[in-house]
Amino acid sequence: MTTKVPDQRGRYGQFGGKYVPETVMYALEELESSLNDAMKSEEFIAHYHEELKKYSGRPTPITHAENLSSRLGGAQIYLKREDLNHTGAHKLNNAIGQALLAVRMGKEKIVAETGAGQHGVAAATVAARYGLECKVFMGEEDIRRQELNVFRMKLLGAEVVPVSSGSKTLKDATNEAIRYWVSNVEDTFYLIGSVVGPHPYPKMVRDFQRVIGDESRTQMETPNKIIACVGGGSNAMGMFYPYLEEDVDLIGVEASGKGIHTGKHAATLSEGRLGVIHGSITYLLQNETGQIQEPYSISAGLDYPGIGPEHAYLSETGRVTYKGITDQEALDALEILSEEEGIIPAIESAHALAEAIKQAPELPSSDVILVCLSGRGDKDVHTIMEHLGGEVDE
Amino acid sequence: MNKRFKEHVDGKKDLFIPFITAGDPNPESTIDLAIMLQEEGANAIELGIPYSDPLADGPVIQRASERALKNGMSLEKAMDLVPKMREKGLQIPVIIFTYYNLLLQLGEERFFALVRKNNVDGLLVPDLPYEESEEWRESCEKNETALISLVAPTTSEERLKKIANEATGFLYCVSSLGVTGTRSHFGSPVFTFLERVKKHSNVPVAVGFGVSSPEHVKELKDYCDGVIVGSAIIRQVESQVDALQNKELQKDAIEQIRAYVRDLVAPFEKSKIHS
Repeated sequence: MTTKVPDQRGRYGQFGGKYVPETVMYALEELESSLNDAMKSEEFIAHYHEELKKYSGRPTPITHAENLSSRLGGAQIYLKREDLNHTGAHKLNNAIGQALLAVRMGKEKIVAETGAGQHGVAAATVAARYGLECKVFMGEEDIRRQELNVFRMKLLGAEVVPVSSGSKTLKDATNEAIRYWVSNVEDTFYLIGSVVGPHPYPKMVRDFQRVIGDESRTQMETPNKIIACVGGGSNAMGMFYPYLEEDVDLIGVEASGKGIHTGKHAATLSEGRLGVIHGSITYLLQNETGQIQEPYSISAGLDYPGIGPEHAYLSETGRVTYKGITDQEALDALEILSEEEGIIPAIESAHALAEAIKQAPELPSSDVILVCLSGRGDKDVHTIMEHLGGEVDE
Repeated sequence: MNKRFKEHVDGKKDLFIPFITAGDPNPESTIDLAIMLQEEGANAIELGIPYSDPLADGPVIQRASERALKNGMSLEKAMDLVPKMREKGLQIPVIIFTYYNLLLQLGEERFFALVRKNNVDGLLVPDLPYEESEEWRESCEKNETALISLVAPTTSEERLKKIANEATGFLYCVSSLGVTGTRSHFGSPVFTFLERVKKHSNVPVAVGFGVSSPEHVKELKDYCDGVIVGSAIIRQVESQVDALQNKELQKDAIEQIRAYVRDLVAPFEKSKIHS
C-alpha cells in the first residue's frame, strides 16, 4: 500500500474532498498554497520544531508500563506520553503548527471550535504565545458542562462565543466557526482541532501531528501493535502515519459509549454511513434521510459524529483495524493505570489503553504494544468522580 | 433546456427568485406560499430542504430548518410537495435547494426519478462546488434539470470563467462574504463583482444573500438580471408561524406576507400574473 494520499483534490480514495460553499473556496485555496509554501520552508519547519521543544516540552518520553504489563501477564505495554505536552495533550502539536502558519500568512486573528474545551485551550494558548486574537466557538451545552475550561480560555485571553444553534455541541460549534471564518477570511485563520474538515485540513493536521509517530520511531524499535483512540482522529493519525509502511498492527479505538446496541455511542466507522460532514466525505452517524445525529461518549473528545477521511480510507483498505471500547471499559482502564503506574490518563486515551489491556494477555511477553496516551486525566477528574462515586453508592 | 426555465427565466430581466423552506412551519403553508409568490411575480422558486447542519446559512434559515425538521420534512417529502403546487396552478420552475449529504443519502437515481415524476426543474447544492460537481452536472443535463451554480466576490477570474461557462438556469451571485441573512446595504464592490460576472455569463445573473428591502432591489436591479430573496421572506414566515398553523388565521397570514413581498419587489414594476 504505497498510494500517496491525499491526491491533488484532497481525496483519500473515495473519502475527503472539499464539500464547502463557494464562499469558502477562496480561503481554502489561499490556505493550501500558503501551507505548501510553509512546508517547503526550512525556516518554518525549524521554528515549528523549536517551539515544540522549548515551549511544549517535546520530545515526549515513552514509558514502559511495567507494573501493568506484569499484572496482565502478556505483551509489554509502552506508553507514548503525549499527556506530558504543555496543556496536557497532543492537541498543542497541531495548534502550534497552525498558529505559526497563521502568523506567516499575516492573519491577526484565529478562530477555533471546541467540544470539551481541550482544543479551545490549545488555541487560546498559542494565540497568547504568538500575539493573535482568539475566538473560540463552543456549544452552550458544552459551556455548561465544562466550566473550568471556559475559564481557562478566558484566562488565556480568548473570547468564548456560545453557540445556541442545532444541538449546541461540537458539530454546531464547528459549523459556527466555519460561518464566522467565511465572513472574516481576510484577517482570520481557522484553526481546526482534528484531522477533519475540507482539504487541506485533514492533511495539514496529520502533518503537524505526525511528530508523535516520528519521535516514537526514534525512541523504540517497531512494536508489534500500536493502539490509539479515535474521535476525529488526530492523535491516532499522527501516531500511525509514520508507521504505515512498517510491519506493525495498527489499531484505532472508537467510543462504544453505553454499548452499540443502546444507540448511545460514537462508533462512526462501525455504525455510520458514507456522508458529508464539515466539508469532507467520510463515515458519519446520521439518520435514514441524512440528518446528522448527535453521538455519545463519556469522553467529550471522542463524541464527534464523523471521523477523519484518512481513517475512513485506512479502514477501507484494511491497513488499520478499528475497535470499540465502552465507557465502562475505559473507566476501568483509567483506574488500573492510575493504580499501577501513577498516571491518570484522559478518558479518551483510556479507550486506547482498554484495548491494549484486552489484547495483552493473549500475547507472548516478548510482544510489545505501544499505546498513544494522548492526554492527561486532570480535566476528567470531576466526571470520573461522578461515575466511580455512583458505583460505590450502589 | 428545461422548458419552464425557458419560459419563465431565460433571457428575462427583473427576475424575482424567492427561497422558502419546505415544511416551515407545515407543508400546507409551503404550497400556499409558493402560489402566493408566483402571484406576486416570482420567476422561479427555490425550495429549501431543511438540514441539521446548514453551513452556508445564517440564523434565520437555520431556525426555519429546525421548525421544518421538527415536523418531519425530508428531501423526498419536499419533492412530493411540487405536484401539489402544480395542481394549485404553479407554473414557474421549482429548484430544489439541498445540502449534499441529503442528496447522497437519497441517491442519484432516486432523486432524478422524483425529478421526472414530480416536475422538478432545478437543483442547487450549496456545498457542492464546481470541482466536486462533474457527475451531477452530467446527470442534471440528461434529466433537463438546471444545476444552479454559485459564484462569490472572492471567486478567482479563472474559476469564474469555468463556472459561468457551464452554468445552467441562472448564475447565483453571492453578494458578499459570509452566510445568508440580511445586510444593511450593498455598495460598489458588489456592483463591480456583478459586472465582472455578467461579462462571462450566458445565463441570467441573479444576486442573493442579504436582499431584504425595496431599496436593495432598486439599488441592484441595474447591475443584474434579478434577485434571490431568502432570509427576508423566511423572517416574515417566522413572524406568522402560529397563524400559519391555525386554520382560521392561515389565509390572513399568507396575505400579510404577500403585502411584504409586494412592497419588496415594487421596484421591478412587475405586472401581476394572476390578479
